[in-house]
Amino acid sequence: MSAVLDQHGHEHAHDHHPSGLMRWVTTTNHKDIGTMYLWFSFAMFIVGGVMALVIRAELFQPGLQVVNPEFFNAMTTYHGLIMVFGAIMPAFVGFANWQIPMMIGAPDMAFPRMNNWSFWLLPPAATLLIASFFMPGGGAGVGWTMYAPLTVQQGPAMDLMIFAVHILGMSSIMGSINIITTLLNMRAPGMTLMKMPLFCWTWLITAYLLIAVMPVLAGAVTMTLTDRHFGTTFFNAAGGGDPVLYQHIFWFFGHPEVYIIAIPAFGVISQVIPAFSRKPLFGYTSMVYATASIAILSFIVWAHHMYTVGMPTVGQLYFMYATMLIAIPTGVKVFNWLATMWKGSITFETPMLFALGFLFLFTMGGFSGLVLSLTAVDVQLHDTYYVVAHFHYVMVAGALFAAFAGVYYWFPKWTGKMYDEKLGKLHFWLSLIFFNVTFFVQHFLGLAGMPRRIPDYALQFTEFNMISSIGAFGFGLSQVFFFYVIVKAIRSGEKAPEHPWEGADTLEWTHLPTPAPYHSFETPPVVK
Amino acid sequence: MAHAIKAGEQPWYYLPQPSRWPVVGSLALFLLGFGAGLWFNGFAPGPWLVLAGFLVLLYMLFGWFGQVIGESEGGLYSKRVDISFRWAMSWFIFSEVMFFAAFFGALFYARVIAVPDLGGIENRLLWPDFKAAWPTAGPDFKGTFETIPAWGIPALNTLLLLTSGATVTWAHWGLKENRRGQLVVGLILTILLGAIFLFFQGYEYTHAYSELNLKLSTGIYGSTFFMLTGFHGLHVTLGAIMLTVILVRSIKGHFTPDRHFAFEAVSWYWHFVDVVWLLLFVLVYWI
Ligand code: HEM
Ligand SMILES: [Cu+2]
Repeated sequence: MSAVLDQHGHEHAHDHHPSGLMRWVTTTNHKDIGTMYLWFSFAMFIVGGVMALVIRAELFQPGLQVVNPEFFNAMTTYHGLIMVFGAIMPAFVGFANWQIPMMIGAPDMAFPRMNNWSFWLLPPAATLLIASFFMPGGGAGVGWTMYAPLTVQQGPAMDLMIFAVHILGMSSIMGSINIITTLLNMRAPGMTLMKMPLFCWTWLITAYLLIAVMPVLAGAVTMTLTDRHFGTTFFNAAGGGDPVLYQHIFWFFGHPEVYIIAIPAFGVISQVIPAFSRKPLFGYTSMVYATASIAILSFIVWAHHMYTVGMPTVGQLYFMYATMLIAIPTGVKVFNWLATMWKGSITFETPMLFALGFLFLFTMGGFSGLVLSLTAVDVQLHDTYYVVAHFHYVMVAGALFAAFAGVYYWFPKWTGKMYDEKLGKLHFWLSLIFFNVTFFVQHFLGLAGMPRRIPDYALQFTEFNMISSIGAFGFGLSQVFFFYVIVKAIRSGEKAPEHPWEGADTLEWTHLPTPAPYHSFETPPVVK
Repeated sequence: MAHAIKAGEQPWYYLPQPSRWPVVGSLALFLLGFGAGLWFNGFAPGPWLVLAGFLVLLYMLFGWFGQVIGESEGGLYSKRVDISFRWAMSWFIFSEVMFFAAFFGALFYARVIAVPDLGGIENRLLWPDFKAAWPTAGPDFKGTFETIPAWGIPALNTLLLLTSGATVTWAHWGLKENRRGQLVVGLILTILLGAIFLFFQGYEYTHAYSELNLKLSTGIYGSTFFMLTGFHGLHVTLGAIMLTVILVRSIKGHFTPDRHFAFEAVSWYWHFVDVVWLLLFVLVYWI
């Protein structure tokens, strides 16, 4: 007896699936949905990337050359929002969709229709964001953090942005409920929680974070909406409210959010490094506990984004020490990855290269974060390019590189084709070099006092800005190259061998053919 | 074949065929978001788009839930599917808890930090006469307003909701013992209590607007008061609608003494709404 039932007891002898576009619109298959998430993410990555290049073009020289300041502000705003909510988060949800059922021996996600909805909420949200550009007054230039009181004073674009955030939140919450339920309820017999691949663990924890904080963001933007149109004064001191209240609510969401981005990346890295070191992950249990502690701690450090807002000193001290605590579990993870490689029989295929790039650069980003966590230092560095450098090290060289590692690693399993190893490596080196050209110099700019989110700057910042802009265009082109590598592999890649990575030992590699069949595990495997 | 196997014992996990309902729902939310965005800024098509979005949403809800109910009654859901639903509903309620937490957090922040701050030395120059005491509508508020005392209608409403929590549990007992009469009567009582609650809340709102000068725009007090109680009222409304669906299904003979998760889900939701009310009663009305 098959473990999967399609409609009315037919054991899909004659599934009739719509074809063409309707196949994708109506699909309830976790692989189709994962694929859509990944392509959507890539499309948004390009859109957000073009915006970043507009920013870097304007900042190539001091003075105003390319865009006017309002448009510049809109660019930084939409770039941030699109990259966070449109590119990085959906990319990892795409991984979750493809991988989780295969890794735990499940037939599909627990709620296939809701899974479809989680994805299909993204295009309307993206459309609302893009439509908001064309509202009278142009795009909202409020920053991705959407701070009051600026948001209360913006034009109509702001409302569409708020609704887009609402819809994105619903998508994330439903996606997370689906992932948690799948992980808790659909594991194959014998697949205990502590036997799950670490990628699954990281998603379990991420999904929990998402369900906990997306509603809080929804609350924050709802208050903005009613402050704008219905006379409430949550963020207005004249009515007894406080703009700082917005910041507290936002960052209560915002700091966990950065771990929502980082933790699935940890998961991917924790699969890739052991596979290419041909050793099991060092300290699996401590990895699980470290990830969980990061998640818990991430709820109690939010005001490290607000040191300069006027907090009592005890508050600053508390948030400083609490923030520093996060470095401990993060250190445990970095240690474990290093120890996994120790005396391993390592090869350096593209996924491993990206994983190593992640390891070095994410750790650097963690250290600059630690620098920023020092209140006395942050008072100088807050809202400067140092912060921009910090979070791009963790989000681009961290999360994005992990996503690249994951794409190259699972590409053969997904498509049955191999990418061109030479081109993949070239993509890695181009990305690595241009990433550092772009962002390393921003540390110096920040230390020298260049503020972020400003279209013009003092003359002494010129050289570093030029370097950064050149790097940015190089990085952008490298990602067009990535597109070429992937499309080429899909169309004319060599057929992938059954086991392209000899060190990979999770269920999708050991129990499923390459490429993976449309329905993963119709009969659950038994895990010993 | 599906019918030959006892409910709950199916060895498979039901995976639905492709479905168009999700994308219909996406269209609905897009129309609602886009329409509301236009409407709030005074553009003509706004309200119509919202109306259209609302209708599409209803169509989707009827279609999707109709299909799920059909599948459930058709015996397609195994024990494992049932467990999935339980997890999902629990996490959904958790997300709702966090949504309310944002507004409770705002209330806490306003009372404990923002308002005392406004009475502090830095603001003396700007607003010399401001008395930083709760309730307040802020230093710039002209005129006066009154608040609603806890021990009038709010206390009565507490009683109503608590009682409705008991009646829904009583209905559940009825269902488990297969006393269908008790099930139906219990549900009807619960819905009635919810409706009376909403009626009183409506009455209280009208009273606040017309006599107390307490409005959504009455500074931070009005903001927190109406947003918290308003969102709660909305949840009571949704809960009552869900209970009505369950009532209709119960009358039609759906649910068995040991398989009735839809009923339980709605009663969990109802208890959650109840607990939120208790917090509101204490934190918004009472102290
Ligand atoms: C050891 C770990 C980390 C520490 C101690 C840390 C600390 C900080 C601090 C103190 C700030 C505020 C700087 C300021 O605005 O003045 C900050 C900003 C930021 N961090 Fe981190 N961080 C860490 C890891 C991460 C990770 C893993 C991510 C994302 C993947 C991340 C993303 C961000 C972002 C996006 C901002 C800027 C937010 C904005 O103002 O727009 N951080 N970090
Ligand atoms: Cu943070």
